[in-house]
Amino acid sequence: MTHRSRQLRVSSLARVEGEGALHVVVADGHVESADLQIYEPPRFFEAFLRGRAFPEAVDITSRICGICPVAYQTSAWNAMEDAFGVDVGAPIGALRRLLYCGEWISSHALHVYLLHAPDFLGYPDAVALATDHRAIVERGLALKKAGNAILELVGGRAIHPVNPRVGGFHRAPTARELAPLAEQLRRALDGALATVRWVAGFDCPDLELDYDLLAARAPDRYAIENGRVVTESGLDFPPSEFADHVVEHQVPHSTALHATLDGRRYLTGPLARYTLNSAQLSPLAREAAADAGLGPTCRNPYRSVVVRAVEIVYAIDEALRIIGSYERPDPPAVDVVARSAVGHGVSEAPRGLLYHRYELDAAGLIREATIVPPTSQNQAAIEHDLTRVVSANLDLDDAALTSLCEWTIRNYDPCISCSTHFLELSVERR
Amino acid sequence: MKAAVIGVGNEFRRDDGVGPAVIARLAQLDLPDVALTVSDGEPSQLIDVWTDTDLTVVVDAVLSGHAQPGRVHRTCLGALSDGVRAASTHAVGIPEAVRLADALGRAPRRLVVYAVEAADLGFGVGLSPPVAASVEHVVRAVAMELTSSGSYAAGCAQ
Repeated sequence: MTHRSRQLRVSSLARVEGEGALHVVVADGHVESADLQIYEPPRFFEAFLRGRAFPEAVDITSRICGICPVAYQTSAWNAMEDAFGVDVGAPIGALRRLLYCGEWISSHALHVYLLHAPDFLGYPDAVALATDHRAIVERGLALKKAGNAILELVGGRAIHPVNPRVGGFHRAPTARELAPLAEQLRRALDGALATVRWVAGFDCPDLELDYDLLAARAPDRYAIENGRVVTESGLDFPPSEFADHVVEHQVPHSTALHATLDGRRYLTGPLARYTLNSAQLSPLAREAAADAGLGPTCRNPYRSVVVRAVEIVYAIDEALRIIGSYERPDPPAVDVVARSAVGHGVSEAPRGLLYHRYELDAAGLIREATIVPPTSQNQAAIEHDLTRVVSANLDLDDAALTSLCEWTIRNYDPCISCSTHFLELSVERR
Repeated sequence: MKAAVIGVGNEFRRDDGVGPAVIARLAQLDLPDVALTVSDGEPSQLIDVWTDTDLTVVVDAVLSGHAQPGRVHRTCLGALSDGVRAASTHAVGIPEAVRLADALGRAPRRLVVYAVEAADLGFGVGLSPPVAASVEHVVRAVAMELTSSGSYAAGCAQ
């Protein structure tokens, strides 16, 4: 029996925080375990939130992530408004959806072009990709900029927006202010459609997931900013029952919690959204998906790059629709009166469903906070994918195997403090 | 001359806020035609800010193997050491953003980086005393970069 242990260090171009490590144990030609070890800041945030006034949750949780702050803000105000029985009405709801579209466009464009595409095309990073394909990377940056433009105009700034609040917005933009944004988005739509055609041509490894899928669902639209929670196995429940089905538990190898759905491994994110809700995409997005060869469902995690591209098309299309029928909310926010209650909120962060729960006292102070981010929910699925991928590719040397593992992890655009940037892989072969 | 100064960092992570602190001080000076920007270091934003500038100055916190908190390194485009790793929330760092900009033909004509060695990158606001003491020095040096295209520029041969 041979024994060897090696450390490999790799990095990729990504604006990410934190570190991740992957420990793979191979014994007698079989993968015994593939443990993804990552740190998870939201636990600290749950403690920060205790004793704070309810309006602060939006600004505090926004700080959890620089890539998806709107997701944290949205799930936070959904939970607060659920607790206090607030209905913000259609105009504020539409403006929130527009803001969230900006985050989807920006986050997905970053991931597709700067993080994921180099894996498919055999480049070590986005810089090498840009050297050979300057116009393509510029197209990705222009898409990201269009998303940021929405965040800046509606949110007040691109990162950690300051304009939204529980109940609505501090100030709502005028239709006139939104007009130049629409012009920029119309140009971006061409870039988004070209993106779908581009990624549709990527060669993908074969891998079919057999996990249950979980996503938000809204009755009349592709769910983004709120909804009920549905699964492919037929569950359909309100956010208030999330904890009845999704249970987080500790694992020895990671400070991040793992989650199960009624005791089973499951997946949230683009594949789940698309598979469960693709019929609700706009005609333009559905057509782009069909042209890219996507059926009504998608279970190959490597094809998530195509789903993200389709979702960029949808988010731009949807943003244009919202701007086209914009009704300026007046007042920009509804009154919110605190009461002793528990509130639950979900929304679809770019990388999957994000759940918040707050327990509030009569003065509106937070007694307890629970945040379940998508990457925590997906961690078990990522590890399972890695086990299968490593098992099927044991003949590769450590460098090639590491690249394949990183690629596989990036299928999920993981964002536990946006970690896994400096991934250390140790392969123990016994 | 079109110029920009970018303060990279997070003011809620102690010394990582040195870049934003320098920008706040520069904003109090009368610096015509200079774009002052605070950034978390996201590469596409950096590139957008410095595209078509004649001079861009970036101020950032760093960790190095031989830390002497408050010590200031001045570096020019192309001379960034791999041994000095950006300490900000963005593990990516300026060098990668520069490389990406180069590949896209969007690097500034001249880029100068002021890197301040950090002592404390924990949660919370406020700079450590040695880093706080370096802010005025960096502000004066950056102002000189912007107003003298002569002597300082000579130190950045392209």
